[in-house]
Amino acid sequence: MEYQWNWGVFLLPSAVNDGTYLDWMIAGLQTTLSLSLSAWMIALLLGAVVGVLRTVPHRGLAFGATAYVEMFRNIPLLVQLFFWYFVLPEMLPTAAGDAFKALNPIAQQFVAAMVCLGFFTSARVAEQVRSGINALPRGQKNAGLALGLTLPQTYRHVMLPMAFRLVVPPLTSEFLNVFKNSAVCSTIGLLELAAQGRQLVDYTAQPYESFVAVTVAYLMINVVVMLLMRKVEVLVRVPGYLGGK
Amino acid sequence: MITIDKVSKHYGNFQVLTDCSTHVNKGEVVVVCGPSGSGKSTLIKCVNGLEPFQDGQIHVNGTSVGSPKTNLSKLRSHVGMVFQHFELFPHMTIRDNLTLAQVKVLKRDKDEAAEKGLYFLDRVGLKAHAHKFPGQLSGGQQQRVAIARALAMDPICMLFDEPTSALDPEMINEVLDVMTELAQEGMTMMCVTHEMGFAKRVAHRVIFMDHGRIVEDDSKEAFFANPRSERAQQFLAKILQH
Repeated sequence: MEYQWNWGVFLLPSAVNDGTYLDWMIAGLQTTLSLSLSAWMIALLLGAVVGVLRTVPHRGLAFGATAYVEMFRNIPLLVQLFFWYFVLPEMLPTAAGDAFKALNPIAQQFVAAMVCLGFFTSARVAEQVRSGINALPRGQKNAGLALGLTLPQTYRHVMLPMAFRLVVPPLTSEFLNVFKNSAVCSTIGLLELAAQGRQLVDYTAQPYESFVAVTVAYLMINVVVMLLMRKVEVLVRVPGYLGGK
Repeated sequence: MITIDKVSKHYGNFQVLTDCSTHVNKGEVVVVCGPSGSGKSTLIKCVNGLEPFQDGQIHVNGTSVGSPKTNLSKLRSHVGMVFQHFELFPHMTIRDNLTLAQVKVLKRDKDEAAEKGLYFLDRVGLKAHAHKFPGQLSGGQQQRVAIARALAMDPICMLFDEPTSALDPEMINEVLDVMTELAQEGMTMMCVTHEMGFAKRVAHRVIFMDHGRIVEDDSKEAFFANPRSERAQQFLAKILQH
């Protein structure tokens, strides 16, 4: 059987007459971008806090942070997503649960997906931040403390600026992962890039064109992220240290 | 200035310090020496509370280091410390290294802190390097900056933890010269070091440690002329050979 290539399919008006199929893809791309970027913000913020807590000399805090990381790291993303979307709204206090259910369905999917992806990734970011802190020479902390800085000041001014620089490359991987993992969110009905691609197949019977387009879009996103992070790496480089001049 | 009274410390079953007692008077230079693993670095880190200890007491200028009521940050802000591996902050310029704690801890304003930092940088002969980063300086230069950084806090005493052990032989003297000058100005100093030449020239007293105990604590004349313990005699015989 001969496959009938038809790249013109993207310019056809969609079956439900809401623009062209290309518009569907663009809408999907926008959802993927906004979902992934907002999840990444959550992940960076929470991950930094949890990563720091894993290294502090306080048993309770360090234990709590470890439990957090292990929980979010060891449960499959898909299971976590179903939990946030299907289970948690039922477990919340009535008022909060009702407020969530009062959102329109697309917003519900988006919020659940964003929080899920954010928390999942934050556990991974936390591990990177922790490894960055542990990679610092032990004397750096002592040097900060010996000058009279408090422990939080020592983290803020001495340890974290170097720890974050050390982990820019592994954080780049995590940043890339957020975009790829966001495809899982199509399972709760969120129409992001992968879901739009599948929908296109259902409506046009042109699977190759659709998946090629989706693949290229993901590739492009990740190339941009990689270039951006390389810029960041160069920007934060320390003269006379780790490849700096 | 510093009194150490029957201090003991252990990690689990491993005894690091046993019943250490000594003192450093105002204006006195005390050198602590001894073989590796004898506890000398641990002892000096106990003085500003970087290492906790289980028994005994340490007072710095009348403040108890081990007491939970003591504000350790405040105490440390006027006890200068210099480390074996310099521990400058690599992401900051030399100027920022010198001013960070002055601004954050002593609440000096930035200009005042910079002026003070540069004054001490000049004193260690490195004023021209203020804009550079630590990684662009040699080890000896970095250690001199570290000394300037400690001095900029107007310390009442200085602790040196093997300040020349990580240096190339050629750079040791530039650091020892700065320390000697400091001692001659009357700074109270406690130095863990293997530099016996420095001890002979500058120290008032020498403490010899072995297996976590203070074995000798004597004037430098008595220590070098006639060490009482056999262990110190062996140590000196070996170290003075070269």
